[in-house]
Formats: sequence, C-alpha cells, structure tokens
Amino acid sequence: MSKQFALSVDRIKCDGRGLCAELLPELIRLDDWGYPILAPGPVPEHLIPLAQRAVEDCPVLAIALRRTQLKK
Amino acid sequence: MSSSVLWYTTRGAGAVTLILLSCVVVLGILSTLRVQSASWPRFLTTGLHRNLALMTLVFLALHIVTAVVDPFTNLGWAAALIPFSSSYRAFWLGLGVISFELLAAIVVTSLVRGVLGHRAWRAIHWLTYAAWPVGVLHGLGTGTDTWSAWMLAITAACVAGVGMAIFFRLSSGSADPLAAARTMFRSAVDRREAR
Repeated sequence: MSKQFALSVDRIKCDGRGLCAELLPELIRLDDWGYPILAPGPVPEHLIPLAQRAVEDCPVLAIALRRTQLKK
Repeated sequence: MSSSVLWYTTRGAGAVTLILLSCVVVLGILSTLRVQSASWPRFLTTGLHRNLALMTLVFLALHIVTAVVDPFTNLGWAAALIPFSSSYRAFWLGLGVISFELLAAIVVTSLVRGVLGHRAWRAIHWLTYAAWPVGVLHGLGTGTDTWSAWMLAITAACVAGVGMAIFFRLSSGSADPLAAARTMFRSAVDRREAR
C-alpha cells in the first residue's frame, strides 16, 4: 500500500482569498466567486512542496494536505 | 567592544525596527484588503508580511541586546523583560518592553498558527494595533535621535503610512463579497454548537 497525499478545502472556513490558486495553479483553480476548485485525485509527488506552501499560506487555514491510503 | 559602537547599534537597530515594523503592519492590512494586481499577486503580500516580520524581530533583538550589554546604560536583563522595572527612564523603556513582548507573542503564535487554530491566532494578531503605537511612543519618548530631522522624517513617514493603511481598512468595509452571509451563517453554527 503506498502513501499518498490529498488536498481538501474546508468550505466553511474558506473566504475565497485565492492565494492557494496562485501558489498551486496546477491543482487549484478559482470559480467565478473566487473559491477554489481542486483537481480530483492525489497530489503528485513533485507538487507536494507547493501544496504545503498553499496550506501554510492560506490566511484562514481552510486547506489541508492529508495522507491517504490508496485503496486496493 | 567599545561602548559607543554598542550605543550606535542600539539607536540604528531601533530606527530600522520602526521602519520594518511599519512596513509589516501596512502589508498585513493590505492582505486583509485583498490588494492585488497582475504584477503583485496576493501571496506576495503575505509572504513579504511574514518574512519582514521575522526580520523585524532580528533587528529588535539586536536593539535590545546591544542596549542591555552596553556598560554605559547599565540596564540589566530584568529591565529588558519586566516592564517599568528599569532604573533609567522607567516609563519610556517600559513601553518598549511591552511592545517587544506583544510582538514576540504575535510572532510565536503565528509560527504555530496551524496548531492554535484560526480564531485564537487572529485574536492575538489584533494586538498588533497595541504593539505598534506603543513601540512608536517608546521611540518618541526616549529615542536619542528622535528630534533630529532625519529621524523625525522616518517616524512621520511610518505613522503616515500605517495611518493611511488603517484609514483604508476602516473606510473600505469588508473586501469579502460574501461577508454578511458568512457572518450570519457562522453565528447560526455557533448557536447550534453552544446548545
């Protein structure tokens, strides 16, 4: 079983500040109101540092990068 | 090290701390105002805010350490940590100590923001509006160079810059288009959790 990381957004905390999409445009884009839309699936390994930066820089701590177990 | 070198360092580092801290406060306000443009993305504001804040603490440490170890002032470490305990200009130095300790609390809580949670962190972060003016008063009250033209110009620029930022923050309302709906929703959630 391999370890993988996935991003998630707390929709209640999110204020639509949009820093995450600037820091990780590969996986996060903004909807018309400025709220993030995450690409589905795990975060590719080479993007993990950027994903961590997006998590740390979120002004309202609304994004999390969590370890997930790959099923199968 | 000669005493005069330490003394000049204390004064210089104090002035640099004032400039940096004022920039940090302005950047913090700009980030809540969601200022951005094509050449100034939003992560730049928060990144600069954080890194300049850490640099401010370095110069503040230099300011305090050189003042304490300077044999001429003979302050002692207690005077640097306990407000109003100094034998020399107790009131004005005490303001500096208070400002330093507030800033230390603000920086430390920011470094562990993820553990602390957003609400507690933000409540402590509001203390900046106490720490900055108290620091400015400390400089005005006891700064050796305060009334020389160049230092007056620096202080005036810092006060004007932060004053303008605060004015824009107060006059622009919320930068969040959904602020009203969000507040209503959150208070409903709070009421539900309180039950």
